[in-house]
Amino acid sequence: MLALDFSFLTPAVISGYVVKGFIFSLQLTLIAMLGGVVLGTLLALMRLSGRPWLVMPAAGYVNTMRSIPLVMVILWFFLLIPLVIGRPLGAEISAIITFTLFEAAYYSEIMRAGIQSISRGQVAAGYALGMSYRQTMGLIVLPQAFRNMLPVLLTQTIILFQDTSLVYAIGAYDLLKGFEIAGKNFNRPVETYLVAAVLYFAISFSLSLLVKKLQQRIAIVR
Amino acid sequence: MPMIEMKNVSKWYGTFQVLAECSTQVEKGEVIVVCGPSGSGKSTLIKCVNGLEPFQQGEILVNDISVGDPKTNLPKLRARVGMVFQHFELFPHMTITENLSIAQIKVLGRSRDEATERGLKLLERVGLKEQAAKHPGQLSGGQQQRVAIARALSMDPICMLFDEPTSALDPEMINEVLDVMVELAQEGMTMMVVTHEMGFARKVAHRVVFMDQGRIVEDDAKEAFFGSPRSERAQQFLSKILHH
Amino acid sequence: MSTWDWQVFCKDTIDGKIVPSCFGSGGDITYLDWLLSAWGWTLSVSALALLVALLLGSLMGILRTTPHRGLVLLGNAWTELFRNIPLLVQIFLWYHVVPALIPPLRSVPSFILVVLGLGLFTSARISEQVRAGIQSLAGGQRMAGLAMGFTLPQTYRHVLLPMAYRIIIPPLTSESMNIIKNSSVAFAVSISELTLFALQAQEETSRGIEVYLAVTGLYFVSAFAINRAMLFVENRVRVPGMIGGGGH
Ligand SMILES: Nc1ncnc2c1ncn2[C@@H]1O[C@H](COP(=O)(O)OP(=O)(O)O)[C@@H](O)[C@H]1O
Ligand SMILES: [Mg+2]
Repeated sequence: MLALDFSFLTPAVISGYVVKGFIFSLQLTLIAMLGGVVLGTLLALMRLSGRPWLVMPAAGYVNTMRSIPLVMVILWFFLLIPLVIGRPLGAEISAIITFTLFEAAYYSEIMRAGIQSISRGQVAAGYALGMSYRQTMGLIVLPQAFRNMLPVLLTQTIILFQDTSLVYAIGAYDLLKGFEIAGKNFNRPVETYLVAAVLYFAISFSLSLLVKKLQQRIAIVR
Repeated sequence: MPMIEMKNVSKWYGTFQVLAECSTQVEKGEVIVVCGPSGSGKSTLIKCVNGLEPFQQGEILVNDISVGDPKTNLPKLRARVGMVFQHFELFPHMTITENLSIAQIKVLGRSRDEATERGLKLLERVGLKEQAAKHPGQLSGGQQQRVAIARALSMDPICMLFDEPTSALDPEMINEVLDVMVELAQEGMTMMVVTHEMGFARKVAHRVVFMDQGRIVEDDAKEAFFGSPRSERAQQFLSKILHH
Repeated sequence: MSTWDWQVFCKDTIDGKIVPSCFGSGGDITYLDWLLSAWGWTLSVSALALLVALLLGSLMGILRTTPHRGLVLLGNAWTELFRNIPLLVQIFLWYHVVPALIPPLRSVPSFILVVLGLGLFTSARISEQVRAGIQSLAGGQRMAGLAMGFTLPQTYRHVLLPMAYRIIIPPLTSESMNIIKNSSVAFAVSISELTLFALQAQEETSRGIEVYLAVTGLYFVSAFAINRAMLFVENRVRVPGMIGGGGH
C-alpha cells in the first residue's frame, strides 16, 4: 500500500500548473457552448425548414458528427485545419474550433426537439399578427424553445465540460494536462490524478444539482 | 367593393380535397358566421383568408389585395387582419402587456410607450386591466381569449377572423367572450366568425355560411338560414346543435 | 496531399515496403493487418465493457427503485460518482491510481482495467435508463405483482423487468453505440485499438487522411451493426399492443 502525500500541492504549484489549464478548460466549455448553441439553432432551423437543399446538408452534418468518436473528430480537425488554412494552428485554437462545430450537432438536436415542442398555433399566431418568419422565430418560437430546453442544454454543457479533457489527444494544455504535468514533475501521478478526479466531480456534480433545481422551478412555472 | 371576396377557392392536401370551389364575400361592416360539421373545412377556409394556409385554385381578395398572389406582402396584409384562435395562442413567455404590444412595436413600428398605452386601453375595454402584469398561464380561458381579442384589436384591423373562439372554453366562460364579440359587431367591425354559437349568429350575424365536406352548401341571409335552410344537411346540422 | 494513396495499407509496418498481397506473413505485419487487429481490440473492449455496464447498470438501476433507503442511496451514489467524472480521467484512475493503491491489481493487464473503466462509466448511464424504465411502469404493475403473492424479487423478475427492458431498448441501443465511440479513449493508456492505430499510423506514414478515413469508416460500420442488431432484438421481443413494444 502506497502512502499518499498531497503536501507538494502548494498554492504555488497549483497556480503554476493547474490554473492555466483550468482557465483553458472553462474557456473551451463556454465558447463551445455559446457557439454551439448558436450554430446548433441554425442547423435546427435548417432541418425544420422543409426545404430539401437546407434539410439534407444539415441532417448530414449532424448525423456524421454524432456517429464519429469525439477523439477522432478532434484528430480530424487537427489534421485538416492546417491543410485548409495553409499554416499550422495551435492545439488550443484547434480544440476551440473543433468543440464548437462538434457540439453544434448535439445542441441542434436539443433545439430541434425544443422547436418541435412549440405548437403550430403559436407560429400561426405570430404570422397572423403580421410578423415575418424571422420575427416569429426570434420573438415567439425560439425564446420558448430555449426556455423549455434550458435544463437539457445545461446538462449537455456538463457533458461538454467533461469531454474537454479529450483534448489530451492533441496535447492541448487543459485542466487534466495541468495536473498530469504537475504529477510528472513531482513524481506524484497518483495524487494528481486523484485530485483531478475530485475536482472534475465537484464541478460536474454541483452543476447537475443546479440543473435539477432549475428543472423543478420550470416545472412549477408551467 | 367587399372587404373579403373569395372566388372558387379550392385546396388539396395531397389528393384529399379540403376546399372545393368556395365562393363568398363579406362586405364592409358585415358579420358572417361560418358553421358546419367538424372536418368540413371551416378552419382551413378562414386561414386561407389571411394566407396562413396556401390554396391551389381560385382567388381571395382582402381589401382588394390578392392573398394568393406571390407578389403580395403577406405580413403587411396580415398586420391589418385580426385573427382569434380556438386555443387563444397568447405567447406564454410574455406578460399580458407584452402580448398586447409586441406586434405593434415590431410590425407596425410603434414606440413602446404608444403600444403599451394602446394595449392597456384595449385591455380595459375587455375588462382585464388588473391582469396587465400577469402571464397568460395565470389567467382563465375566458380571460385569455379576451386578451387575444384585445391583442388582435391593438393592430387596428380592418376586419377580424375568429376560428371557434369559444369552443375550448368551459360553458360558464363562453358568454364573457361572446359579449365582447357582440359589442365589436355592433360597432361595425367586419367579422368572419367560425362558430356553433347560434345565439351569437341570431343576434349579430348578417349572413350564415354552412359548409359540408369542403363545400359551401348554404350562404344565406340570417333570417333565411334560420327560417328554412334549403339543404337537408344544414337542417340536420341545425336540429342537432339546437337540440343539444 | 494531391492524390489518394490507399496503397499505404499494403505497406509493411517495419520497412515500409509494399506487400503485394497486402497482408503480412511470417511475423511481419502490414498496416492493413494492424488496422484489422485494432478493430478487433475496439470491438472486444466495447463488447466486454457493455457486458459489465449492463450487469452493474441494471443492478444499480434496480436498487434505485426498491423501497429500501440504503439501497436507493447506494444506487444513487454509484450513478452520480461514475457519471460526473470524465471518462478519460476515470480511465487514468484505473490505469495509474487503482493499481498503485491496490497492489494485487498491478498484474492485471491494462485491457481489463480499460474494460472496467469504460464499463463502470457506462453503467451509470444504463442505471439511469433502467430506473426510468421501471418507474415509467405505473405503480399498479408493482402492486399487481405483489398482490398475486410474488415476493419483491419475483415481482421484479416476472413483472417489472420484462416490460422495463423492452421499453428501454431504444436508449440502450444508443448507449451501445456510444460505448463503441467511447472505447476510443483507450488509446490514452496504450490499448492498440482503432484510435491509437490512427494516431500512430498517421505519424509513421504521413497519410493521415487515408488512415483516418479507414478508421472513421470502421467506427461507422461497427455502430451501424449494433444498431441493426438491437433493432432485430427489439422486433423479436415486441409485445403486441404496447406502444413501447416497438414500431418506432
Ligand atoms: N395539415 C393537414 N394535412 C392533411 N389534412 C388536413 C390538414 N389539416 C386539416 N386537414 C383535414 O382537412 C379537413 C378540414 O379540416 P378543418 O379545416 O380543420 O375542419 P374544421 O375546422 O371544419 O373542423 C379535415 O378532414 C382535416 O382532417
Ligand atoms: Mg376547426
